[in-house]
Amino acid sequence: MATRKAPAKAKPNVSKDDLLQYYRDMLLIRRFEEKAGQLYGMGLIGGFCHLYIGQEAVVVGLEAAAKEGDKRVTSYRDHGHMLACGMDPNGVMAELTGREGGYSKGKGGSMHMFSKEKHFYGGHGIVAAQVPIGAGLAFADKYKGNDNVTFAYFGDGAANQGQVYEAYNMAELWDLPVIFVIENNQYAMGTSTQRSTKSPSYWERGAAYGIPGEEVDGMDVLAVKAAGEKAVAHCRAGKGPYILEIKTYRYRGHSMSDPAKYRTRDEVQKMREERDAIEMVRQMLLTGEHASEDDLKAIDKDIKNIVNASAEFAKESPEPALEELWTDIYADEIPQEAV
Amino acid sequence: MATEILMPALSPTMEEGTLAKWLVKEGDSVASGDILAEIETDKATMEFEAVDEGTIGKIIVAEGTEGVKVNSPIALLLEDGESADAVTTTTEATTQEALEEAATPAPAAAQVASEEPTPVSKASPDWPEGTEMITQTVREAIRDAMSEEMRADDTVFVMGEEVAEYNGAYKVTQGMLDEFGSRRVIDTPITEHGFTGIGVGAAFGGLKPIVEFMTFNFAMQAIDQIINSAAKTLYMSGGQMGAPMVFRGPNGAAARVGAQHSQDYAAWYASIPGLKVVMPYSAADAKGLMKTAIRDPNPVIVLENEILYGKSFEVPKLDDFTIPFGKARIWREGSDVTLVSWGIGMTYALEAAERLAADGIEAEVIDLRTLRPVDYDTVLASVMKTNRCVLVEEGFPVASFSDHMASTIMQRAFDYLDAPVVTCTGKDVPMPYAANLEKLALVTTDEVIEAVRKVTYK
Ligand SMILES: Cc1ncc(C[n+]2csc(CCOP(=O)(O)OP(=O)(O)O)c2C)c(N)n1
Ligand SMILES: [Mg+2]
Repeated sequence: MATRKAPAKAKPNVSKDDLLQYYRDMLLIRRFEEKAGQLYGMGLIGGFCHLYIGQEAVVVGLEAAAKEGDKRVTSYRDHGHMLACGMDPNGVMAELTGREGGYSKGKGGSMHMFSKEKHFYGGHGIVAAQVPIGAGLAFADKYKGNDNVTFAYFGDGAANQGQVYEAYNMAELWDLPVIFVIENNQYAMGTSTQRSTKSPSYWERGAAYGIPGEEVDGMDVLAVKAAGEKAVAHCRAGKGPYILEIKTYRYRGHSMSDPAKYRTRDEVQKMREERDAIEMVRQMLLTGEHASEDDLKAIDKDIKNIVNASAEFAKESPEPALEELWTDIYADEIPQEAV
Repeated sequence: MATEILMPALSPTMEEGTLAKWLVKEGDSVASGDILAEIETDKATMEFEAVDEGTIGKIIVAEGTEGVKVNSPIALLLEDGESADAVTTTTEATTQEALEEAATPAPAAAQVASEEPTPVSKASPDWPEGTEMITQTVREAIRDAMSEEMRADDTVFVMGEEVAEYNGAYKVTQGMLDEFGSRRVIDTPITEHGFTGIGVGAAFGGLKPIVEFMTFNFAMQAIDQIINSAAKTLYMSGGQMGAPMVFRGPNGAAARVGAQHSQDYAAWYASIPGLKVVMPYSAADAKGLMKTAIRDPNPVIVLENEILYGKSFEVPKLDDFTIPFGKARIWREGSDVTLVSWGIGMTYALEAAERLAADGIEAEVIDLRTLRPVDYDTVLASVMKTNRCVLVEEGFPVASFSDHMASTIMQRAFDYLDAPVVTCTGKDVPMPYAANLEKLALVTTDEVIEAVRKVTYK
């Protein structure tokens, strides 16, 4: 049964090392995305490019609740998910520039990247298509009898698609170990949630199918982690799916070509100033005397170097060989899953 | 070190834009995230943010300047303590081969085809000689067609994602919410299968919906309603009821948007009895065919193209201008080979014809405009004259619409052919993202020229 939960405010016990790690992980995503925006402006990245800035605490918090073997699948707004699950920034950035060194050899682009090694199943361009796919990944794990769980991420806009509810029904019917993660950033392109539904509490919709869930403060990485742990425990115990509706916010436009006339600059500014997830952890580190300004500066510098190196790599990696046009259309044999 | 602030690319297809307004002046210090300027593209006005911090040393491009090329320096950002005089600007921007698109030739004036044998060309002028013309983009022509029909008929309405308050994801419905209000210009949630079904029901119920797909890639979510419900009901009900409606939106490859967002569905829809399918190239055709589509008592698929949206053409200034379905247009007369295309494929066909003419090969270029019903006669009449035919499209090669035309030509004009009919299509691969591979995946003008040389033995 569905249970409501007040957005977690109590500060759970967290080690200094963990806190520093979340800070680093979130900062890496933010700086990486800023750099991607910059490369797009220079014409080095083409097509659609959807930045994750503002939503960093969602993936970092949930990855903190995951173990090796767990899977994840998401939409086109996927750079943060890839960095958070440990994929190499160089490979991600080089895919953005469409180069040989990219995760898909330059053939996928910003919206379509995958990593078997990190159990990252994409990068999907069709809104909500990843939701039943996530349930299917969970189906495979249950079938094989392991205790892995799958995180299926989707937006508030995607949450209105019919296939989401078909997936809910089967996931609960078959007790699939999938966590449906609704990243509610309040907008689907230019449409606010108020303009797309009169049932804006997305997690509650699971009750119709018997799936429990809760709403989570997505600007608080510790609250996300705590909720993630609860959901993961539910799934691993064989109790079926769980829904996390994570309230978050994207600071940038929907993609690089979004005029952003549907919300005020003040609204964005207020969120950035009062609720920023990275700033919150930064303050916790400083006030708890876990780190000094100098320590944090060193981290900032380190991250900047990683991101700059990824941009260099992405510029220098050559374009894919022309023969690549004709490869990867059919597989010669069914790939054997590495455990 | 001073850094140049470069004109940003704000959309996949942007090559240049207008620097509408500076929000900073020389001497201002800026932090990353501050808005520097407003930039206008053909789609929208956008705010441009600073990436680095520093002081604005020099504004290189004044506000109000139009046609500022992407990646050209527009201002100089100084680090603390640096002076503007100390630095010299390098004007050479990062090279941008990808944006160096071949210019498309101006199409030759439409003319009447005339040749006797059995099939007689149906091509004829679409408007009276001497009609006043205005220059319009394809985007504006489509909007005008919808608006004119909505003014004339209250049962016509538009629905789709972002069509109203956002003015259309590709700005095709710009201003329509203001004029017609939210009763008739309706934003839907992202629920293609659902809203398409609602559109079909509304059509059964006596309305004339225009269902916009943000792109036709997303219509795959709704294709069951389009085919099983909209296209077949008239037949299944023994003619009692059908779905007078329009499904429209951009189709085919845009630029660098990858495999899931770059597919041409012309052949899919053209194979369905019960649907009509139009795929315009010019603005005049887009307007005239859209108006015909809205009035047609059947479900009509209008396949638009994002790259063509911003292209300008001459459109007749007439109160009520329509183009009938099933009538091709001859863009250029010629006697050596018939080049047949439609939609964006026309860009390659016309460019190839221009280049071939320089070598003394005269191609007749035919734009089918409508794929169902298709104007076989104009094509056959031309092939009987030139004895050779090359078909051009961006779609996949297997079971392409070109294949259907080639087989028709073979069956009905076999004795007239001096060479096999050749099809030039997109490659048999999903669309790659990488710039160099994307170029190869699409049909190219060079391939069209090579095909013509092959069939003319020149
Ligand atoms: C089936 C489908 N319809 C429409 C689109 C175009 N589109 C891309 S993203 C998007 C908005 C999705 O919003 P949301 O699910 O809230 O995710 P967010 O972008 O906020 O992360 C739309 C309409 C698409 N890619 N796929
Ligand atoms: Mg959203």
